[in-house]
Amino acid sequence: MTAMSLSSRLSAAPRLAVALACAGLISAPISAQAASGPAHDYTKADVDFVQGMIYHHAQAVVMSDWAATHGARADVATLCKRIALSQRDEITMMQHWLEARHLDAPDPLNMLPDHSGPPHDESGMNMPGMNMKGMDMKGMAMGSQSMMMPGMLTPDQMRELDAAHGPAFDHLYLTGMIKHHEGALDMVAKLFNTPGSGQQPELFSFATDVDAGQRAEIGRMQAILKTLTPSPTQ
Amino acid sequence: MTRRIASFRSSLVLCAAFVSAAALLPLSARAQSDTNDPRAHLKAGLYDAGEAAKGLQLVAHVNKPDDFHPNDPGGLTYANSDLAFGGHYVYQGNFSGFQIWDISNPTKPVLTNHVVCFTEQGDVSVYGHLLFVSAENTGSRLDCGTQGIQDSVSKERMVGVRIFDISNPKAPKQVADVQTCRGSHTHTLVQDPNDKSVIYVYVSGLARVRSTSEMAGCEGGDITDPNTALFRIEVIRVPLAHPEQAKIVSSPRIFNDLTAPPTHGVAVADTANGAAVKAARRFLGRLGMPATATSADSDKAARLIADVMNFRNDTVKTKAATDSLKAMGLNLRIPGGARGGPSQCHDITVYPSAGYAAGACSGYGLLLNIKDPTHPVRLQAVADSNFSFWHSATFSNDASKLLFTDEWGGGTQPKCRATDPIDWGADAIFSLTDNTLTHKGYFKMPAAQTEQENCVAHNGNLVPVPGRDIMVQGWYQGGVSVFDFTDPAHPKEIAYFDRGPIDATKLVLGGYWAGYYYNGYIYGSEIARGLDVFKLTPTADLTQNEIDAAKLVHFAILNPQDQPKIVWPAAFPVARAYVDQLKRDNGLSAERLTSIESALKSAESASGAKRTATLEKLATALSHDAQGSSDTKRVRLLEGVVKGLEK
Repeated sequence: MTAMSLSSRLSAAPRLAVALACAGLISAPISAQAASGPAHDYTKADVDFVQGMIYHHAQAVVMSDWAATHGARADVATLCKRIALSQRDEITMMQHWLEARHLDAPDPLNMLPDHSGPPHDESGMNMPGMNMKGMDMKGMAMGSQSMMMPGMLTPDQMRELDAAHGPAFDHLYLTGMIKHHEGALDMVAKLFNTPGSGQQPELFSFATDVDAGQRAEIGRMQAILKTLTPSPTQ
Repeated sequence: MTRRIASFRSSLVLCAAFVSAAALLPLSARAQSDTNDPRAHLKAGLYDAGEAAKGLQLVAHVNKPDDFHPNDPGGLTYANSDLAFGGHYVYQGNFSGFQIWDISNPTKPVLTNHVVCFTEQGDVSVYGHLLFVSAENTGSRLDCGTQGIQDSVSKERMVGVRIFDISNPKAPKQVADVQTCRGSHTHTLVQDPNDKSVIYVYVSGLARVRSTSEMAGCEGGDITDPNTALFRIEVIRVPLAHPEQAKIVSSPRIFNDLTAPPTHGVAVADTANGAAVKAARRFLGRLGMPATATSADSDKAARLIADVMNFRNDTVKTKAATDSLKAMGLNLRIPGGARGGPSQCHDITVYPSAGYAAGACSGYGLLLNIKDPTHPVRLQAVADSNFSFWHSATFSNDASKLLFTDEWGGGTQPKCRATDPIDWGADAIFSLTDNTLTHKGYFKMPAAQTEQENCVAHNGNLVPVPGRDIMVQGWYQGGVSVFDFTDPAHPKEIAYFDRGPIDATKLVLGGYWAGYYYNGYIYGSEIARGLDVFKLTPTADLTQNEIDAAKLVHFAILNPQDQPKIVWPAAFPVARAYVDQLKRDNGLSAERLTSIESALKSAESASGAKRTATLEKLATALSHDAQGSSDTKRVRLLEGVVKGLEK
């Protein structure tokens, strides 16, 4: 999504005539008004949400990309493919939203030490998005709460998932991703519970889609989870 | 009542079987979008983009009015949305208001008026002198202003359905604002077969539940809470003579029982539990289980955790399990309580003449009985592992098929790339017999699109060609596509129009929110570029006679989500359309068809007794033809038209 120039549009000063017509006299005629004004179209909570959601999505992409190498069952692999495709595109959209406002747009998926495959960094974080310049990867991964958004898997849980294969992977992936999605729902709830936030139209639309779409996906994952047979590897 | 429950249970079984079967198809075996299609490589541009068309001719284009920033595309603030039709007007919604276009001459739409009123999404419907507009964004204001709302509780907020009196389209009046707990993402008008003095509005809202201190009764509880504003739709009753008295009269709980785990066999529960217990065991340490705990204790704890996982939506079981864990000193936080099932519909299409509604609701497609409009009753729920988000629905005219769309990515993402699976973000077509839906096939606009084009299945309606199920549909920047789904397992595209991306370097939101057929023309609501009008042109897949027959169908108003029954008059173009279809499917021999055509021609040029005699003779011959035809049904339809012409 490209939101160029929106910052100068959304919160245009109220179209006075329209506002008066609508608010004061409910049956007064409404007419078109040409008006526009400067605006600040987002809140700090909006920016926190978008930046945080980029990290949140990035972990989901990494987890989902593992399906191919971790022996996921066909239906789980299909689900993983959809989540990876969807959330990669949403990351791009969120980055554009931030860039259009000259805000810092994290690019976790492209900051991995190794682009060629799933990350296996020793921190166990397996959490893409660590900008490593001048930072202690391990310390940051473990210590930084800012990048651990609700529902995200801990470094231990990521390591456990990465070590799993076949039915064990399917199970850990599904239980982990359900929790991960629930975290996203919590993030959306927090956004909308912050006064004045989540109203910029692209953001409103995106956050509402995340809520509706991930809710539906949770249902789908719960259904698949019920069909899993016990893992022979455990 | 009993029948309903029985049919729902059997559908769950069906649905589970279908989900597994579909999911097991290898991705590599699926067809892909066509990168050689003329639509795949069009030049980018806002108003000078390359165009590709087949069977559709663009006959008019008008930009948005200046207030909606026609030269500054990209965001959603001034995005065009849905269309409604009444008389010689097209009502075009916008995230910041609506436009009224005079289409007395469809090739020259004239802007009669536009109203600036921030509302998102601004989906519109029209009935008599009333215009209904959906408002969902939590920044939508009663005064229509665009400054948003800074307070978490505010009497300025208006999310729900705005109602305007458009008796004088040059001066619309705001007559009512019906507030709802979750706003109105979309809405659907429903006529009461027994009371013409009212119109009902089904409201689908996706926004968060408002604060109870802003609107009484807006509780956000889970499905077990009888007062929750989730897990229901709202039904507004609007007395046409007193629209200011419009109010919510019922909140049907059409999702009840849908999320509760179905009672499954012991074996399934055991196996699922077995794996869950093993997984849970590994998390015990993190929950605070001391390493010295006995294996019996850790087994018990693991089983309890597994219960929590497995019975997420069962608050009683979940609470019992978490309480037992607490007693063992283990605190398990369950984020947000029960979640998973649909808590709302995205859109509902009603088909009153068949007594049905189809709800596209999150992870499910619902079939509803709406014979009592204020109390819709769920008949069936279907799921599909290829579907991301059930978005909207269209019935075939005979209600023997139901098509659902999947708005994968929410409409703002490029989901028609060559790398995107061809049955994702597509239409799923179901047969509908005895109140039961059975999946038959998928349709997706087949041309590969670029990364710069948001594209996915979106809104459309039927093109009234007799004897066939044809639909026109908007695919955002994937263009407008017309396809035939008479054979639900093998839908086929027959016409299209597409432009290149708005921008060659980045995704700038645009494209067709909807493509709808109305009284002879197809109207496309372009998010960024304005309004387009098309006419169908003949191709091998659609003849001039079929196009002419469709033109005979005329509606005084058309709200595509309130699907009208199409009835064709007994007319020569209708008869000729059937003849053309019999040619296409070799339903009769070429000789017979030539002879039928010449009989129709002489009847049309004759009058009085000669005309009647010619038609009678033709009808008799057709009755005979029907018995030997491979397409008896169509010959009978033709015979019916010929008999109608005699009158």
